Amino acid sequence: MNKRFEKHVDGRSDLFIPFIVAGDPTEEATIKLALMLQEEGANAIELGIPYSDPLADGPVIQRASIRALEHGMSLEKAMNIVPKMRERGLEIPVIVFTYYNLLLQLGEERFFALVRENNIDGLLVPDLPFEESEEWRESCKMNDTALISLVAPTTSDKRLTAIAKEATGFLYCVSSLGVTGTRTDFHSSVFEFIDRVKSLSPIPVAVGFGVSAPEQVAKLKEYCDGVIVGSAIVRQIEAQVDGLTNEETQVEAIDHIRSYIRDLISPYEKLKINT
Amino acid sequence: MSTMVPDQRGRYGRFGGKYVPETAMYALEELEQSLDEAMADEQFMANYHEELKKYSGRPTPITHAENLSKRLGGAQIYLKREDLNHTGAHKLNNAIGQALLAVRMGKEKIVAETGAGQHGVAAATVAARFGLECKVFMGKEDIRRQELNVFRMKLLGAEVVPVSSGSKTLKDATNEAIRYWVANVEDTFYLIGSVVGPHPYPKMVRDFQRVIGDESREQMEDLPNKVIACVGGGSNAMGMFYPFLQDDVQLVGVEAAGKGIHTGEHAATLSEGRLGVIHGSITYLLQNETGQIQEPHSISAGLDYPGIGPEHAYLSETGRVTYTGITDMEALDALKVLSEEEGIIPAIESAHALSEAIKQAPDMAKDETILVCLSGRGDKDVHTIMEHLGGEVDE
Ligand SMILES: Cc1ncc(COP(=O)(O)O)c(C=O)c1O
Repeated sequence: MNKRFEKHVDGRSDLFIPFIVAGDPTEEATIKLALMLQEEGANAIELGIPYSDPLADGPVIQRASIRALEHGMSLEKAMNIVPKMRERGLEIPVIVFTYYNLLLQLGEERFFALVRENNIDGLLVPDLPFEESEEWRESCKMNDTALISLVAPTTSDKRLTAIAKEATGFLYCVSSLGVTGTRTDFHSSVFEFIDRVKSLSPIPVAVGFGVSAPEQVAKLKEYCDGVIVGSAIVRQIEAQVDGLTNEETQVEAIDHIRSYIRDLISPYEKLKINT
Repeated sequence: MSTMVPDQRGRYGRFGGKYVPETAMYALEELEQSLDEAMADEQFMANYHEELKKYSGRPTPITHAENLSKRLGGAQIYLKREDLNHTGAHKLNNAIGQALLAVRMGKEKIVAETGAGQHGVAAATVAARFGLECKVFMGKEDIRRQELNVFRMKLLGAEVVPVSSGSKTLKDATNEAIRYWVANVEDTFYLIGSVVGPHPYPKMVRDFQRVIGDESREQMEDLPNKVIACVGGGSNAMGMFYPFLQDDVQLVGVEAAGKGIHTGEHAATLSEGRLGVIHGSITYLLQNETGQIQEPHSISAGLDYPGIGPEHAYLSETGRVTYTGITDMEALDALKVLSEEEGIIPAIESAHALSEAIKQAPDMAKDETILVCLSGRGDKDVHTIMEHLGGEVDE
């Protein structure tokens, strides 16, 4: 079992798992953002690898990917940022979020060598469904790496049971159909779905896709063990791109995003617990 | 053996499969089940063949290109005239099949992707015919380049949705169509345009295009020695080749070599691509070292796709089909020759296949035969042709 997951994720029910794109807008900004997110109570970080064809992502993350690719970010380079985060105090698990083609090109052996060298804890491949993932599940197990599985409201009971049985780290519940992006409201049947997942999952259940308001977090808190926040944060980053790129204004820009996060996850009362 | 693919998981050897987000799995499961039921339903297949006959004008004839064959002095060249289909290309065979399936599944809307607009026009056409609402996703860059087809789609009542993500071309339009479909699967059917995408799409499109090869087998007195077709995603080629796979017939797929393979500006996926995932399927694709998908180039918008259908990747690997490349210039030369010799202006896509036949015919005996899939007519391409051949034609 992965030690960092054990310490920061297992058995908790107030999980805050932010997603940022590596290299959006720069490597240095990514490091500072990760550290800030930890300070604000993040339990793990999803480090998104920019891709030319992100099939599961909406416009916000697509644009972030383009920004990061313009600076030459790649899967290997992104994985090499993690030790720098660790040096500067990052303790929580880092989950590499990458489309399958990037993983195939890097190769399984090289990927896990980097996982071990760079203290990486998890892998999430949005376009590698359960049926195609057996080999990767095995190699993740051998390398002490959580392979994060996703389930959606349309996932059949049969598949849900099979996926929940094999899931490691936490189980990622997709709140709605379609792609990542902020949503103002959840369909009411989502909560039944989350209940169904909770009853089947031996590991924490976190909900993502569209989480962008404290009211949503407050509501979800009653049903599951945490939230995954992607587009809402990436949108904040986008608004601060200039500030984040310029060394003089970087701290100010980060603090801007920090106050957004603080408000967003206020229902978890993270800072009270941590201090 | 090749009739055994795809397997249960949608695999053609190590190619194919379903590499899609979890949110798309239900949509694919539903499609797979409905497709199996429809294909086993005699009434459904009878409807499909009736539409092909009475609406699209099938069977399309085979024309002996006598003047051309004589001029080349070798094998006899025969043309399977998919250009005579309604809307001017093989694309409609597949669009009719999928639209009928959409209706059978109770869907009210279809979405499609298009590059040059040929598949978009086919989708808009069947939507009008079968009373479906139609959205066609098209890259902004392509909308600019293909004004006329954009207008045709609108005239047919479809909504053309501009795609400004990524490189704003066919691959991005396909991503966007899949994204939209997954979010709206309850009432929406995704009508894909070639033998690409996650299982069961490559199989479904092949099965709706195999009418090309099935008819050809009946129409030719003897089996041809060679069959040649152009390959973008690979639907006309797959439809043509599939019924010949078990025969002693040489099969040749022609990719677009663009400005020449060495220039890097081409769409020669099989010779220059690497194994990877594109649009939910494992196959060869054009990509950079780290796995970002690259833009292809071809003078023919229909061959301008960075991937290739997984069954072609499989047939290439098993050696059953040989794949070659034809450049923009070679295709234009072939187009001009066919126009002059036979009074047929082919689509630039189809001219790639023809050019390969022109290369190979002189080395074959006069009693040997080459069957070329003339996948479409050239009307849509006159602007491009004028740009490149204008001077030559005036003389
Ligand atoms: C006339 C014609 N031929 C060929 C193609 C290439 O498609 P495929 O390889 O799927 O047959 C197209 C695509 O638009 C086309 O319009």
